[in-house]
Amino acid sequence: MISPDSIGRTFPGTESITISQSEIDAFCAVVGESNTSIAPPTFSIRISLEQSEAILTSPGVGIKWDRLVHGDQKFDIKRPIKAGDVVTCASTIESARVVAGNEIISVRSDISAGEELLISSWSTLVIRA
Amino acid sequence: MVNVGDSRMIKDQVLEEKVFFVNRALLKQYADASGDQNPIHQDEAFAKSVGLPDVIAHGMLTLALVGKYVSEIAGGSANVLELGGRFTKPVIVPADVDVDLTVSATVTEVEEGKISLSLTATSAGVKVLGMAKAVIAS
Repeated sequence: MISPDSIGRTFPGTESITISQSEIDAFCAVVGESNTSIAPPTFSIRISLEQSEAILTSPGVGIKWDRLVHGDQKFDIKRPIKAGDVVTCASTIESARVVAGNEIISVRSDISAGEELLISSWSTLVIRA
Repeated sequence: MVNVGDSRMIKDQVLEEKVFFVNRALLKQYADASGDQNPIHQDEAFAKSVGLPDVIAHGMLTLALVGKYVSEIAGGSANVLELGGRFTKPVIVPADVDVDLTVSATVTEVEEGKISLSLTATSAGVKVLGMAKAVIAS
């Protein structure tokens, strides 16, 4: 179970991630996107889900990642990511509830380049009983 | 595809569907591109050991392909403002076959500067996304 005092908490992204052209190219290749000058709409999951895993599985939060199923996902894109962007990702555990023994956690991830917010995304993660 | 650049969309308009093909090789490619190496998306024996019918596609691969569809409608991925959906059923990917991911859209709202879409995604006739929506710049 999630530690109750982590609900509502924002975990600031301390690590700066430099986006490479090759990782955008690889993502574009999967979906058949020929315009590689910007990252496709769901590219940022690569950053946000890894960060969510690190936060939620940390000892203070206590989620078991191997029981996890992705419930839903939403992206609000202010400006697409492009190669050379140096981004940070701040994650907020917005809510947690238990339904039929499954724990349902909503995480918001805000990806910024300096002061500029690029993408906010919301992930609903279900930890199966 | 209908393109906002050369045709005006109207409310309730149904846009042309697109069929993507998903196979085990694409799952491996997506795993490498996204960093999600969960074995349920690559290892049949493991997937079955945790109660799945077979290897299943990453929900986020489905949404990535839907994102490509929406990008085409929008006249480029730079015009995709919002995208989301619920992973209601898995896309099941047996060995050595291509399964379909069939995506379509209906215009739900046309406002100044933006268009809202309701999206449908099915595989083998089964609806795999719920509440799927996008907002594109017009």
